[in-house]
Amino acid sequence: MNEEKSVQLTIDGKECRVPEGTTLLQAARSLDINIPVICLHDATTSEGLCRQCVVEVEGWGRLAPSCITPVAEGMVVFTESERVIRTRRTILEMLNASVDLSNSPELQAQMKRYEVDPERFPGAKKREHKILDDNPFYVRDYSQCILCWRCVQACADDMQYTYALGIGGRGHDSRITTFFDFPLPETTCVFCGNCVGVCPTKALQGKTEHLLEKGLQHHEIRARRREERQDKRRST
Amino acid sequence: MLNDPPVSSQLQEFLDQKGERGREMLLPALLETQKIHDFIPPASASAIGDALKVPLADIYGVIEFYSMLSSQPRAETPIRICTTPSCASQGSGELVSQICQHLGVDIGEATRDGQYIVEEVECLGLCDHAPGVLVGDEMVGEATLEKIFNPGDHPRSQIYGDPLYLMARAGKIDPLSTEQFQEKGGFKGLKKILTLSTEEVIEMVTDSGLTGRGGAGFPTGLKWKSCAEMDRFPKYLVCNEDESEPGTFKDRALIEGDPFTIIEGMIIAAYAAGATKGYLYIRGEYTHSHQVISRALEIAAQEGFLGKDILGSGFDFEIELRSGAGAYICGEETALFESIEGKRGFPRVKPPFPTTHGLFNQPTVINNVETLANVALICNIGPEEYKKLGSEDSSGPRLFSISGDINRPGIYEITKPITLADLIYENAGGIRDGKEIRVVLLGGAAGKFVAPDQMDVLLTLQGTRDAGLSLGSGAVVVFDVDVDMKFVLHGLGHFFAHESCGKCYPCQLGTQRQAEILDRNLRGQALPGDIERLEDVIATMTDSSLCGLGQTAGSAVGSAIKICPEYFGIEEVSYE
Repeated sequence: MNEEKSVQLTIDGKECRVPEGTTLLQAARSLDINIPVICLHDATTSEGLCRQCVVEVEGWGRLAPSCITPVAEGMVVFTESERVIRTRRTILEMLNASVDLSNSPELQAQMKRYEVDPERFPGAKKREHKILDDNPFYVRDYSQCILCWRCVQACADDMQYTYALGIGGRGHDSRITTFFDFPLPETTCVFCGNCVGVCPTKALQGKTEHLLEKGLQHHEIRARRREERQDKRRST
Repeated sequence: MLNDPPVSSQLQEFLDQKGERGREMLLPALLETQKIHDFIPPASASAIGDALKVPLADIYGVIEFYSMLSSQPRAETPIRICTTPSCASQGSGELVSQICQHLGVDIGEATRDGQYIVEEVECLGLCDHAPGVLVGDEMVGEATLEKIFNPGDHPRSQIYGDPLYLMARAGKIDPLSTEQFQEKGGFKGLKKILTLSTEEVIEMVTDSGLTGRGGAGFPTGLKWKSCAEMDRFPKYLVCNEDESEPGTFKDRALIEGDPFTIIEGMIIAAYAAGATKGYLYIRGEYTHSHQVISRALEIAAQEGFLGKDILGSGFDFEIELRSGAGAYICGEETALFESIEGKRGFPRVKPPFPTTHGLFNQPTVINNVETLANVALICNIGPEEYKKLGSEDSSGPRLFSISGDINRPGIYEITKPITLADLIYENAGGIRDGKEIRVVLLGGAAGKFVAPDQMDVLLTLQGTRDAGLSLGSGAVVVFDVDVDMKFVLHGLGHFFAHESCGKCYPCQLGTQRQAEILDRNLRGQALPGDIERLEDVIATMTDSSLCGLGQTAGSAVGSAIKICPEYFGIEEVSYE
C-alpha cells in the first residue's frame, strides 16, 4: 500500500487536502494562491530569511513563514490579512531604503502589489558598495545585494561545494564576502556561475551582460578582453 | 600593505593539540589568536582553517560576526565603555569624550603607540557600578578617567534579601573552597539525587514549579523530560551564561560568588536529562567570571564531583568551558549552539527545539545560570519547602538586578510576591536625591517601560502578564524625572541595531530603521509621520522576526510610545 497521510486545512476560506509534510506555501500554490517570496529558490535551502511569505494562522501569536511551516490538521490560514499586508509592505519599504532594487522585476512587481511608498524611509542608511570587477567572468555589485544567501548556499553545500563565499559583517551591515575580501581569483572560486544563476537581482552579473548594459558593443567587448588577456600574458 | 605576521608557535601548539576536534574549536582558536596578535592575521586564519577543516570564507565570516574579534590590527588594550541605559544615564557618554580627549583619539581609533583603543560597547553587567568599563581584561566600576588607568578591586554587587537562598553563600564564602561550600549546604542536593532515578529527579523539579530564569520562563522539569525521553545519544547539557541583557548582572554575581552551586545544578540537570557532556558558555566580556569558574571546574574535577563515576554513583559527566566573543544574540539558545559549533551566532528556525535537536543536532537541555542555582536549591531543601517561596504561579526565590537612579543598586533576592513599588521604595531605598520616578525599564532592553501609575504591578509571572509586561531576566532599571528619555531611546535603538545578527529581514532592516528614527528624534529633527513609521517597523519586527531578539527589539520603544508619547516627534503641523 502506498497510502500517504494527508492533512486537511483551510486557506483563505478554501479547503484543501495535501500530503503531510507539505509547506503552507506549497499548499497555497496548489489552490493557485500566490504568496510572494524573496529569498526562496528551488535549488537552495529555505532558511526563512526574508519573511515576505508570512501568513496568519488562526490561534498563533505571530505570523508564520509559509516556506518553512508545515501544514497541520485543521489549520485556518489567511494569506492576505491586514497584519500580513502590513508586514510585507514594511519589509519592502525598509529593503528598498537600503538596497537598489531597480534591477529586480519581481521585487518591483511586489512593490506595486503592496502599494509600497518608495520614499517611505527618508534619510535611511543605504548599503553602498563599490562594484567589484576582479575576474573575467562576472562582476559583483553588492549595492544591489538583498542578502538572500542563495549565492553562498550555491557555492557551498547546495550545489558546488566550493566555499569561496561567506557572510561577513553583522545586522544591517552584513555583506557577502570572500576570505579577507580577497579578489575571487585568489579564492577557491572555480567560476562555475551557479551563484550568478541564483542571484535574484543584478548583484551578480555575467561580465559580458554587464558591459552590454553599459552600452558597449559585442566587438568592443571582444577587443577589450583580448587586450586584457595580452596584458596578463605580458605580466607573467 | 597587508599586515600578516606568521603563525605563532603558541597557535601551532593549540592546533596540534586540539585540531582533531574540528570546527567546534574554531572560536577558541580565534580567541587564542586574538590574544597573541590583538587581531587575526590571514596566515593564522588559514592555518586554523587547515587544522580544523573549516572553509576560509566561513572563518572570515565568524571573525566579522563577533565584536571582540578583529581582522584588522587594533590596539593592545581596548577600553570598552558601556553605553547602554544604566551606564548612559550615569554619564558614560561624557566619559567616552573625556577618555578620547585624554588619549587624543576618536572612538574606534588606536593611539599612535598602539597601546589603547576606545570602544563603545553594550551592557557589561556592571549596571550597579555605572558607568562600567572593561579595560583589557579588567572590569572597572564607577569608572572615571583616573580609575580607567588605575583599576581598583574587581567590582562586586551588593546582595540584599532576608532570608537568602540562591545568594546565601555568594560573598560570604571563599568561592573556590568546596569545604566552605559544603559547610553551607553545598552538594547536599547532588548527593541526594544521585541515589534517585532520573524520573524521580525530573518529577521533583517539575513538582517544584521551577520556570527558567533566563527570560522566557519555560517550565524546567518539562524541558528536562522531553530531552530525557529522546532515544538518541550523546545528549548535552548547556549552561547559558551569556548574560547580556542590559540591566542584568545577577548571573555574574552567582558565578563569581558561588561557582560550585552552578556546577552542582549542571550535574543534577545532566543526570536528569541523561547528558554526559556539559558546556558552560560564558560571554567574552566576563573575564573575571571566566577565571573563577575555570578554576572551580578544575577543583570539582580533582575532588571527584566531575568526571567518571561521580561520587561513586556510576554517573559520568564532564563540563567544558567556552567563551563567547561579543554577541548579545548568542544568549539565544540556538545561536549559542551555533557559536559553540564554530559558526556565526545565527539563531535557528524552531521547531525543531533543542530538546530534540540541540547542540551538534543532538538532544540538549540548555538552562540559565540562575535556573541551575534553583535546581541545586530544590534538590537540597525539597520541592515542598521550595514551593513555600515565591508565589503559586512563580514558585521559588527570584533575583532582581536593580540599577539606575536608585539609592541602593544591587541584586535583590525576593522570596515573597511584592509589587514593583515595594521593590523600589521599600527594598532598594527609593529614588536617588528624593526625586520622583519617571519610568522603569522592566526586563531589560527586550522588556518594557513601566509608567509611574503602573508601579503596583505584582512581580510574578502572572502579575506582570496581567499588566502586559514581562519579568524577563529580572532587570529593573530606574529613571528619575530628569532622565533624558530621548537619549535613552536612542541608546536602545543602537543596541538592537548593533546586536541584530542580520539573518532575517524584519530585524536586520527594522533595527536599523528604528535606530535612524530614534537618532533624528534625539537631534530634534523628527519628521512628520515618524511615529507611524516606527509603529510599522515595530509591528513587523514583533510579528515576523525569526527569533526572540527581533520579536522584542521594538518592545521597549513601543511601550514608550504608549506611556510617554511626549518624547517622540515634533508638533505635527496642521494645514487645515
